[in-house]
Order: sequence, then structure tokens, then C-alpha cells
Amino acid sequence: MLRGIAALLLFQLLGESLVFLTKLPVPGPVIGLVLLFVALHMGRRAGRAPFPQVETAASALLSNLGLLFVPAGVGIVSLWGVLEAQLPAIAVVLVVSAAVTLAVTVWTFIAARRFFDGKWGA
Amino acid sequence: MRSPVDLWVYLSTSPLIWLTLTVCTWIAMSELSVRLKRNPLANPVLTSIIVLSAVMTVFHIPYEKFFAGAQFVHFLLGPATVAIAIPLYLQWDEVKRVLMPIAVALLVGSVAAVLSVVALGMLVGLPREMMLSFLPKSATAGVAMAISSSLGGNPSLTAVLVILTGIIGALIVTPMMNRMGIRDYAARGFAVGLTSHGIGTARAYDVHATAGLFAGIAMALNAIATSLIVPLAARLLIGI
Repeated sequence: MLRGIAALLLFQLLGESLVFLTKLPVPGPVIGLVLLFVALHMGRRAGRAPFPQVETAASALLSNLGLLFVPAGVGIVSLWGVLEAQLPAIAVVLVVSAAVTLAVTVWTFIAARRFFDGKWGA
Repeated sequence: MRSPVDLWVYLSTSPLIWLTLTVCTWIAMSELSVRLKRNPLANPVLTSIIVLSAVMTVFHIPYEKFFAGAQFVHFLLGPATVAIAIPLYLQWDEVKRVLMPIAVALLVGSVAAVLSVVALGMLVGLPREMMLSFLPKSATAGVAMAISSSLGGNPSLTAVLVILTGIIGALIVTPMMNRMGIRDYAARGFAVGLTSHGIGTARAYDVHATAGLFAGIAMALNAIATSLIVPLAARLLIGI
């Protein structure tokens, strides 16, 4: 478990450092995610998989992912003055954008699957 | 012997009480959500934020004081984002089998999430800073907040918008897909994971195992896609 946590922190640190050096417009943890993903595959190729320590640490964090959003979410209290006036506009954008994104994604996925299945005769 | 008032004055200035309250509220609200058969309206993220916000308001606790304790939880967002690599790695064989549909749907869906915000935001006249906070709302909270603050948005506002997007997606996906007559559960799961990140993924797992798997894949990939597309869109469309 501890080694798994260390690995996650280490890859985040690598990601943050890389973003700082290269001024990439991507959050450091996302680069850390990509680097860890690549490292896991390289490990598997080298015959060193599985990685139970990292898996344990990751599933402990991800199974309570919602808790990690709460502190920032409570920040809404101090923003209430700004939000109140815009409430109807915010509601419209949130609901319509979610519906549009759902519809566009599901149609694209189905259409792309048909297209590529047809092409390769799978 | 000191009075209970002294104790309250002492505790309310220390981070310990707010950290404890955050974790215990989360546990209680998760339990409530299970009892209510995971109804999306009883989403523990939403109910925890409501309960803690009410406590802060009633006792006149400034957010900074609360955050001094809660930041220990908040800090874990970074490692948790890195941790998404693990389910993606474990499910990679599944991804490879439908690689092209996933790649196309990811690109188109992620762009749709951002463009729909820009178009609708202009239509209803959202202020600029609010628009910037809105753009990454379909990505998981840790990533969305990082994008938002790097663009000059408000990370707290982004966190709330991300959570609301998650809940709205989780609420509307099943009736909407049923009405559209879509029975491809991989496609349905992918759509809700892309739109509504972790909250949508949890909902997808409640409906169908395949939907849950593809929702998790979509959430992980959209964290990456959103962090590439949003800075680009902000530069091209809003001009920062």
C-alpha cells in the first residue's frame, strides 16, 4: 500500500515537473497519469506485471473519489453572491450542454462502430 | 475547569474539527445514498456539500478556516488523478478491441462538451470568468479545477459545476437513452462517462456492467482529452 502511494506521488511529481519545465497547458497529474500508464505497459512487456501495491493504493483512492470533491465544493458558500444573479443562465447551460454531449457522444460511438465494423468485416 | 464555549472557540480555530467533520459527513451521506438505492438526487457529493455548507453558514465559519482542515482531503485529488491510469491499464485489452469507435467518440464528444458551453454561454450571456470556469465541466473534478485555475477561472466554481454536471447526466441518461431507443450499453456507458465523469460512471455501473466499464474508460480518456481541448478552445473562441 505504502509503495503504491509512493508510486502515485512520484508520478504526480514527475508530471508536475515536466509541465513546469515545458510550460505544457495540461495539468501535471494528467501527465502523471499518462506516464504511469506507459510505465505499467513497459513493466508488463518486461515481465514484471502485475503491480498489486499500486492497484491497492489506486482503488482505495478511486473508490472514495467523491469525498475528494467535497472541500472544493463547499467553496460555493463564498461564491453564492456571484452565482445568485446568474442562476437561471447557469441551469440552462448545465442541462442543455449535458444533454447535447450525451446525445452527440452516443450517436458518434454507434456510427463509428458500424463504420469500422463494416470496413473490416468484423 | 474551562467552559464548553471555550472548547468551541479552541476547536473551531483548529483544522482537526473541519477535517473530521468532512470525513464523517461523507461517510454518513454515502450510507444515506445506499439506503435510498443510489438515487442520483441523493448523490453523496451533493448532499455532503449541502450539509457542510449549512454548518458553515449557521456557525459563521469563513471558508478559509474550513479549508485549512479540509485541504488534507483536497490534496489527494492529484494522486487520485494519477491513479486513473490503473483501471485504464487493467481494461486496455477491452479498449483495444473497439479502439477506433472510442477514439472518434472521445474526440467528437469532448469537443461537443466544450462547444456547447461556449454557444449556450454566449446565448444566455454568461460573464467571461464564469465561462472559463464552465469549459472543463465534463472532466473529473481534480483535472477540471486545475484547467480552470490555469485559464484564470474560479476552481471552486468549476468544482460545483463539475459535480452538478455529473448529477444532471446521471439523472437524465437512462430516460434519454431509452427514449432514443439505444440499446448498445457500451455506447450508453461511454456517453455518460464522458459527460458526467465519476458520478456518471457510478450510475452506469448501477444500470449495466458493460456500461460501467465503458463509462470508466470514457472518464479516464476524457480527463486527458479535456485538458488538451479546453486551453485550445479558450484561446480560439474566448481569446485569452
